[in-house]
Amino acid sequence: MSTMEAPEQYPFDVAALRADFPVLERSVGGDPTTPGEGPDDDVDLVYLDNAATSHTPDPVVETIADYYRTYNSNVHRGIHQLSQEASVAYEEAHDTVADFIGAAGREEVIFTKNTTEAMNLVAYAWGLETLGPEDNVVLTEMEHHASLVTWQQIGARTGADVRYIEVESDGTLDMDDAAAKIDDDTAMVSVVHISNTLGTVNPISELASMTHEHDGLIFADGAQSVPNRPVDVADLDVDFFAFSGHKMCGPTGIGVLYGRQALLESMQPYLYGGEMIRKVTFEESTWEDLPWKFEAGTPSIAQGIGLAAAIEYIESIGLERIEAHEELLAEYAHEQLSDLDGVEIYGPAGDERGGLVAFNVDGVHAHDLSSILNDYGVAVRAGDHCTQPLHDKLGVAASVRASFYVYNTVEEVDVLVEAVTAARDLFA
Amino acid sequence: MYRQQILDHYKNPRNYGELEDPDFTHVGENPSCGDTIQMEVDLADDGETIAAARFTGDGCAISMAAASMLSEELHGMTTDELDALDTDDVTDLLGVDVSPMRIKCAVLGRQVAQDGAKIHAGELDPDAERSITEE
Repeated sequence: MSTMEAPEQYPFDVAALRADFPVLERSVGGDPTTPGEGPDDDVDLVYLDNAATSHTPDPVVETIADYYRTYNSNVHRGIHQLSQEASVAYEEAHDTVADFIGAAGREEVIFTKNTTEAMNLVAYAWGLETLGPEDNVVLTEMEHHASLVTWQQIGARTGADVRYIEVESDGTLDMDDAAAKIDDDTAMVSVVHISNTLGTVNPISELASMTHEHDGLIFADGAQSVPNRPVDVADLDVDFFAFSGHKMCGPTGIGVLYGRQALLESMQPYLYGGEMIRKVTFEESTWEDLPWKFEAGTPSIAQGIGLAAAIEYIESIGLERIEAHEELLAEYAHEQLSDLDGVEIYGPAGDERGGLVAFNVDGVHAHDLSSILNDYGVAVRAGDHCTQPLHDKLGVAASVRASFYVYNTVEEVDVLVEAVTAARDLFA
Repeated sequence: MYRQQILDHYKNPRNYGELEDPDFTHVGENPSCGDTIQMEVDLADDGETIAAARFTGDGCAISMAAASMLSEELHGMTTDELDALDTDDVTDLLGVDVSPMRIKCAVLGRQVAQDGAKIHAGELDPDAERSITEE
């Protein structure tokens, strides 16, 4: 039985906040080929797939709808009023992001499609141009494929050695191995801030000082950290940082690359086209100032404005409070699942992790487990979570991951545990 | 989806193992799930009737139960009849509605058997990549 009492006090009013997310009221269980709630949907949704994508609160949906309804227009070049309104909102969204993550200003904030594109931007615009066979790029064994595959390919093209800091059996990074792998030939250290599989919170500023001692650059993947805890790129002392809007109450199609201004100034564009040029002749072109130099073509305007609204939304809750809420749920889930026979949980102990728990049930394939959880209305992710090499190291093909966000409750964790127990007993 | 019959075939797979001298052997996988299945088939003297089928594999209950049920069904079937099996035939064998995301698990065994027979008949390049089922 559980040794931990269900916490009665959340850091904020979760019940009131849930009213901003109408999707949480829907049922599931019916026909999954037709979008939206149908007549056969008969079980309450318990949405625990937030590390994949979070839901979008009404104020953010309204901000996006308001853009389309009242001032939809292309940005930057228009003289007419709608274009100016759209431009101001879109450009100011960069300022909102800069304030949010502690960047010096909008020059250091490039809007991308997502974290993956931000990673690729640096890999192409900096990596392909800079790296050679004498260099090495240091990753970790817990990197998301967004980082791992990207640098692997850049390594293959440039001859740079790609090496991986080992993960210890408790799910933390082997910092002795980090000290050994990061050396004078290290040009880039690309490391995930919070592992999307293990939940490990990596010591970014420590890795940053190790990297900088060797005159290397460090890129932190903040996809799983920015949504749920205060992040300050200056405190972390990173050179590049990236995250996605759709995991933090924002829309899909918008992500952020932070880069130190001097570095971004020194880099050539990654995509060419409209919106990113200053002067074009038949012979040559010059580039716009930062950040527009890296935002070629019509950008995701509504999504950029939506991201700023999402930031305002989560800031109104308070990032410290969100972090406390995530810890509370992750610790409770870790504790409850640990009490079940036959459940193996990956990553560090409950009080030292981000708001997610990946696990397996002995004798039940992750996809079967996920199917059965779905019968209980519980939405989780099953698979390799874009960390195949890490799963190889763990010795499993797949795992099931429950991940939490601002609207999740202890009662929802209880439904998860009930469904996991039922699945285990069904296959016993 | 997890009726007793499926769980029974998953826990006690029929025709699980290998044949001594099969007429053809083929392996396939479902990369997004990590399911892997090997099918081995003995043909009768007429060269087209399946005399015995065995499978081995590793994967979810749906993929393993479907392969187990198929292995029973294959006995006495001709290779033409095997080739004619479609997705509905597999879900009929399972006796449940398989959700769209899981269909690729259910049809893996069938795909491996069909591709193996085609390679044996010279209709498919044996050096072709392993059979793969995806959405």
